[in-house]
Amino acid sequence: MRFDTPAATNPIDQLKTIGQPLDRVDGPFKATGTAPYAYERHDAAPNAAHGYLVVSTIAKGRITALDVSAAEAAHGVRAVVTAERAGKLAKGDHNTAKLLGGPEIDHYHQAIALVVADTFEQARTAAGLVRVEYDREDGVYDLEEARASAVKPKKGDGMGGAADTATGDFDGAFAAAPVKIDYIYTTPDQAHAMMEPHASIAAWDGDSLTVWSANQMIEWGVSDLATTLGLPKEKVRLISPYIGGGFGGKLFLRADVVLAALGAKAAGRPVKVAIPRPMMFNNTTHRPATIQRIRIGAEEGGRITAIAHESWSGDQPDGGLETAVNQTRLLYAGAHRMTAMRLATLHLPEGNAMRAPGEAPGLMALEIAMDEMAEKLRMDPIAFRILNDTKVDPEHPERPFSQRQLAECLRLGGERFGWSRRHARPGDVRDGRWLVGMGVAAGFRNNLLMKSGARVRLDRTGTVTVETAMTDIGTGSYTIIAQTAAEMMGVPMDRVVVRLGDSSLPASCGSGGQWGANNATSGVYAACTKLREQVTQKLGFNSQEAQFTDGVVRAGNRSIPLGEAAGPDGMVAEDAIEYGDLAKKYQQSTFASHFVEVGVDAATGETRVRRMLAVCAAGRILNPKTARSQVIGAMTMGVGAALMEDLHVDKRHGYFVNHDLAGYEVPVHADVPHQEVIFLDEVDPISSPMKAKGVGELGLCGVGAAIANAIYNATGVRVRDYPITLDKYLDRLPPVG
Amino acid sequence: MKPFTYQRATSPAEAAAAAAATPGARFIAGGTNLLDLMKLEIEQPAHLIDVNTLGLDRIEPTADGGLKIGALVRNTDLAADERVRRDYGVLSRALVAGASGQLRNKATTAGNLLQRTRCPYFYDTAQACNKRHPGSGCAALQGISRQLAVIGVSDHCIATHPSDMAVALRALDATVETVKPDGSTRSIAMADFHRLPGDTPHIETGLESGELITAVTLPKPLGGTHAYHKVRDRASYAFALVSVAVVVQRDGSGRVAVGGVAHKPWRVEAAEAEMPRGAKAVNARLMAEARPTPANAFKVTLVERTLGAVLSEAKG
Repeated sequence: MRFDTPAATNPIDQLKTIGQPLDRVDGPFKATGTAPYAYERHDAAPNAAHGYLVVSTIAKGRITALDVSAAEAAHGVRAVVTAERAGKLAKGDHNTAKLLGGPEIDHYHQAIALVVADTFEQARTAAGLVRVEYDREDGVYDLEEARASAVKPKKGDGMGGAADTATGDFDGAFAAAPVKIDYIYTTPDQAHAMMEPHASIAAWDGDSLTVWSANQMIEWGVSDLATTLGLPKEKVRLISPYIGGGFGGKLFLRADVVLAALGAKAAGRPVKVAIPRPMMFNNTTHRPATIQRIRIGAEEGGRITAIAHESWSGDQPDGGLETAVNQTRLLYAGAHRMTAMRLATLHLPEGNAMRAPGEAPGLMALEIAMDEMAEKLRMDPIAFRILNDTKVDPEHPERPFSQRQLAECLRLGGERFGWSRRHARPGDVRDGRWLVGMGVAAGFRNNLLMKSGARVRLDRTGTVTVETAMTDIGTGSYTIIAQTAAEMMGVPMDRVVVRLGDSSLPASCGSGGQWGANNATSGVYAACTKLREQVTQKLGFNSQEAQFTDGVVRAGNRSIPLGEAAGPDGMVAEDAIEYGDLAKKYQQSTFASHFVEVGVDAATGETRVRRMLAVCAAGRILNPKTARSQVIGAMTMGVGAALMEDLHVDKRHGYFVNHDLAGYEVPVHADVPHQEVIFLDEVDPISSPMKAKGVGELGLCGVGAAIANAIYNATGVRVRDYPITLDKYLDRLPPVG
Repeated sequence: MKPFTYQRATSPAEAAAAAAATPGARFIAGGTNLLDLMKLEIEQPAHLIDVNTLGLDRIEPTADGGLKIGALVRNTDLAADERVRRDYGVLSRALVAGASGQLRNKATTAGNLLQRTRCPYFYDTAQACNKRHPGSGCAALQGISRQLAVIGVSDHCIATHPSDMAVALRALDATVETVKPDGSTRSIAMADFHRLPGDTPHIETGLESGELITAVTLPKPLGGTHAYHKVRDRASYAFALVSVAVVVQRDGSGRVAVGGVAHKPWRVEAAEAEMPRGAKAVNARLMAEARPTPANAFKVTLVERTLGAVLSEAKG
């Protein structure tokens, strides 16, 4: 199905199942431990041997000697894989650093060998017996130092956009602006730190490879694994029905998959590999740190005349940008504007996508800058943002937004949160030992469109089975896909079966960039539309007239149960959603307002969030319950980004020092108080036949800045370097006592 | 995992004797720290002596009005004990500020005292650490040190002791009761139990080889107002940036011990004479020998500010 004109009224608009706050259909499996994760597929590979990684302990240089003899001689060891033994390995399209290093080393904890043994403990002990000698080279590990040598990347922003944009005369307008700010903001390297580590089991059958893994993007995983191993894609099957969180950390092929496959080949039996938690932080990918400069100039009345956002980030050679300026191209009006991104070469582990890449760190900076500007203008931060709202793409005014309810999000949020009670003067509100403040920020994340397919079967009992290689990373894909099929075919939820996460099923969009919900359900919509046509055709019904409700197809005075219509052999239809050029004509984005109240301990400087509100405008909300869960999870991640998450770079040795969950702090329950989420009524017929967009990343975008602004309101202390930990402002708090 | 042997001890003296007689032996109680370190191959004991069966799990009054806490009393039970909550509030509060409910259910009084540092360079076996490999150097001294020690630091180690409980015990002048391999017993004052790193940071306590902790004894109650304030980046389940344990009497005199700043709970008795003059005066004496790095210099200020808040709250 090609989607190239705005959606008309369709069966989804009935909202009998879609739009209902239904429980997750996979919930009972998760809660009872019966949802099998990749590392637990003992049923599929009962004789799997255990692989344990050997990782580099230098960040840059060469292996001069790699002695595996003691490891091979150790009890229970079945095979040892090294780059030399593996032979030629290519690199997947989505990988920057090699997944099996040697002799050149690209980064700390890069995998350099795999030891395969009968038991996990044997493999781990033997891995410790591998002797490695290195010729260590100096690397570049400090973004601030490397900033001067950063270049404009040839690949543009890496997402089809430019590294730089310019409209009007920014320099002239900024110089002439009567009110202006010019500040530098920084965000640190961050880790996905999802619950389930990267884990895979690989099994060969002749020259065919099956991998049970935790992977958000089945298509990328299959093609990059085939490329890496030099296999035809058809020989690779990737199975990933349950995933214990990803946040972008599982978008790509990682060392566990490649080494499990190589280990299984070498050992002649299936091999399972999990990346141990202390290795995850340096072995896999992370969100790169940024240095951002923002300049805003405005008229006395608050109208922005000039806005510039520049960002510097680093990555491995041939790596990519953290696209921190992208939202600034679209969020606020202003005739004279420029953005620019520069990329430095660093020899830290590979930087890559983490939940809302670009917008998450970009808004952490931009939305502090907007707060600073509002204060300088003596304007309310909400009024300042609404004054500079735009209904068109400011760089391309001929492109309207398909929907844009930013002002509504801000207004309603202000009402619900009690914004009128905020004291504009900072440091003004005290509650016992706590300094109390409120902050607001705009949330913004683009709506991305991806082709996505599905197959739908209807059997003689009237049961509908949906099959797609879509993934559910804890987001609710199973549920909203079942709701889509139930709505389209007119059956209750318990007559729908959903099968996901298997590359033998129709290719899907996968889970990433908050595109999963809208695109995957649109693919199911396409397949169901085809199946409906087949049913009506078979029954001789007028397809325009036919109604699918309560397990029955009706037209005129005829009504036939679906199972009977399917017949003894059942029926099957497969289709995919593909998009025309509506995204060129219309800018499609999701919007939010984030409100936060914090308490800052007047003596110790500890910040604790007291309450949070997000108001989201993101197209049709397919399931308010799973959507809300996505948003409150993202808000929680925003608390981490604002207050604690920080991969500490040892600039001598070139690695992230706090590489476990004791050292890399993320919020615990006690950090997350009252959270409220409001979804504005919105349907976006430009986005898809589902008229939906995504919320999984929107919920994060802007949260960090709202917290920073609340801390400023509480204390009068402005911190422009994340995370906002007490050591950065303790000396600026009022005296104790 | 390196293979190890395992035995269940039948008496404290037998356990101590077995530990002294077996090279590479370790006692195991709750295992909340030791098992993690074994999985990371930082600890590689050849022999484990399980002391959980020794019955050292009671809290009993002592003849002089104090409390004797068995070595195996779980942190949860100790924190919840009515006598501890009433008479030694600083200890109860320190305990519940540590770890998580699940860990406190398992962790023991003696094990808490003996937990190893959480320095990230100690945890990464690829990095130099004089605790793991004496003489290999200390990668942390010039490394990421925000969380690490500011006082009592040597050229060989900048690690902190992570316990909250130990800070309260130090403020209370508790004593550690032990049995040696020869069956003799002794009491070690908390002041002398943990050591500064010096040039032997791998030696963390005054315990001799094989010596087993059997109990911790609290002197008779001090009265006064008890407080324990732990400062950290997140609200729970994090090690202290700094923590302050105080017992304040009506006349403004009292005791102060500090956690998160040194290789041992930090207390300077002479500084306590300054308590009536306030936190700044106390801190000047308490932290006089601080030798912070640029990344952790804030801890000196933070101790003063936290102490200031705690003292003013204690005054009511």
